[in-house]
Amino acid sequence: MGMTITEKILAAHAGKESVRPSDNIWVDVDVLMTHDVCGPGTFAIFKKQFGENAKVWDRDKVVIIPDHFIFTKDTHANRNIDILRQFVKEQSLPHYYDVGTDNYKGVCHLALAQEGFNRPGEVLFGTDSHTSTSGAFGMFSTGIGNTDAAFILGTGKLWVKVPESMCFEFTGKFPEHVMAKDVILSVIGDIGVDGATYRAMEWRGDAVMSLSMEERMTLCNMAIEAGGKNGIIEADDVTTDYVRQRTDVPYKIYKSDDDAQYFFKKTYNASEMEPVVAKPHSPDNKAKVSDCVDVKLDRAYIGSCTGGKLTDFMAAARLLKGKKVKIDTFIVPATREVEQDLHKEKIDGETLIDIFKNAGAYLGDPSCAACLGGPQDTFGRAKDNQVVISTTNRNFPGRMGSKQSHVYLASPYTAAASALTGHITNPADFIYN
Amino acid sequence: MNKVIEGIAYVLGNDIDTDQIIPAEHLVYSLSDPEERKNYGKFALSGVPADQSGLPDGKVPFTENGQSESKYSIIIGGRNFGCGSSREHAPACMEIAGVRAVVAESYARIFYRNSVDGGFFIPFESVTRMVEEIKTGDDLIIDLNANTLTNRSANKTYELKSLGEVIEIIEAGNIFEYARKTGMIPSA
Repeated sequence: MGMTITEKILAAHAGKESVRPSDNIWVDVDVLMTHDVCGPGTFAIFKKQFGENAKVWDRDKVVIIPDHFIFTKDTHANRNIDILRQFVKEQSLPHYYDVGTDNYKGVCHLALAQEGFNRPGEVLFGTDSHTSTSGAFGMFSTGIGNTDAAFILGTGKLWVKVPESMCFEFTGKFPEHVMAKDVILSVIGDIGVDGATYRAMEWRGDAVMSLSMEERMTLCNMAIEAGGKNGIIEADDVTTDYVRQRTDVPYKIYKSDDDAQYFFKKTYNASEMEPVVAKPHSPDNKAKVSDCVDVKLDRAYIGSCTGGKLTDFMAAARLLKGKKVKIDTFIVPATREVEQDLHKEKIDGETLIDIFKNAGAYLGDPSCAACLGGPQDTFGRAKDNQVVISTTNRNFPGRMGSKQSHVYLASPYTAAASALTGHITNPADFIYN
Repeated sequence: MNKVIEGIAYVLGNDIDTDQIIPAEHLVYSLSDPEERKNYGKFALSGVPADQSGLPDGKVPFTENGQSESKYSIIIGGRNFGCGSSREHAPACMEIAGVRAVVAESYARIFYRNSVDGGFFIPFESVTRMVEEIKTGDDLIIDLNANTLTNRSANKTYELKSLGEVIEIIEAGNIFEYARKTGMIPSA
């Protein structure tokens, strides 16, 4: 009987010929990523369990990317960065991207891709639930807690229950005004916030394979919002072109067998997809944008691992060019590389950064920023009972900083179109007119 | 391992996410510093909307103002308990506040895994939905041998699902003790 790509990668990392869903196996870890929120706790557990002077299992496989609470006066948050620095020094870790230096990157999930740590066929764990993002590269990646991360630091291994796989196939062509964010929000709306719990979400079909790496990352990023263990897309030329520009490390491409077993299979006609939002307060509270045009907004937020990549800003800039926003609009590039690209990439001769400035948007430094609220002085943090349209990934009560606020999750196109009108707006109104 | 867990119930609904369990602005405190970690108990479940805090009536604070320990040590939850982020601060803050067991209809997987591997408390799954059966403040006892939950305030006993394969980790205490027991890592 055949195996899915997820099963093949896990089997290979457990030294087994084959695995089946529900098998409990120990896998060898290729990359462990942690950041400023979970790193300090992870290191404390590692030292407690393996000794004050213990060394990590493999210096080259540990990647530390501060990104959550960076541009803040919060003394505890800044102390946590110092703890990262201290551990990196003690362990002589080569892959650390320090705050306040030229080496600072920003949001870990995009930084992992941009720095060449996402490689087909590998197993990557991270102390962040959106670690599922890396699955866009045809690898197994998932989020874990501090304890599991400390266990990996000491042993290079972790137990995994092999997930059943769910197959989401999209055939045909997505409409121009529909982005990967609309696709993932639609699927989460279909299956619910626990519709993929313990399972792999595998994306297939010619419409998916026509997407850029950044758009594929958006699909895998929000697998966790359906409860998924991982999101995954087989590597193709688009993947290898991206990876080869970033790293020389060898990798292996796995593909699902034709007779692989899936717990669930659904084929969507890509051309029928529409712009959607997730209404407060749950990512599965799906509604068509066209059914929400009466919703009046206080602010728009474009950023995060989900919606702060260059593709996301190209989309937003396309609509904002030559116009003025009607509500407070916050632009937060995920990483320094994206920020630099905003200064380089142009639409009809005007850089994205100028387009945003001239539209009256506020620009923030690369980090997770207000996606998860954060310290009180966080850029773009929601206040009081504001109604926010956001390209981020979660609209749980209080997620963006205020328990009274209402957050609508949307694509960058929809967020930008809505910023121009002050109410939820279908980007088609701007794109085709 | 204790064979019974006794405590007062605190009842929550569906999809209790980790931002509700511990809002992100509080994730800055040290979990290893004995004094600083008390902040996690103080803010445990502080993100749950007031009308959903302590069902059926709501508006029951989990911890009294400024206290790091709660009088409620058994949480009753609905579906998808602990969804959202991988922050281990979520099960940790509940343990720091004194939680010894959660009984939910289902769990988000990272939260479940963190609870077991970190040895914070036992995450039980109920066979039937408990949220409308048990009231915040009820006097509960969980019998691990019989796999039952008894509401002593209502004189009713409910079956719990078997802990299944994770029982070995739960009995060992956490993933490290389990790995030592099985010889995967050397004994300390």
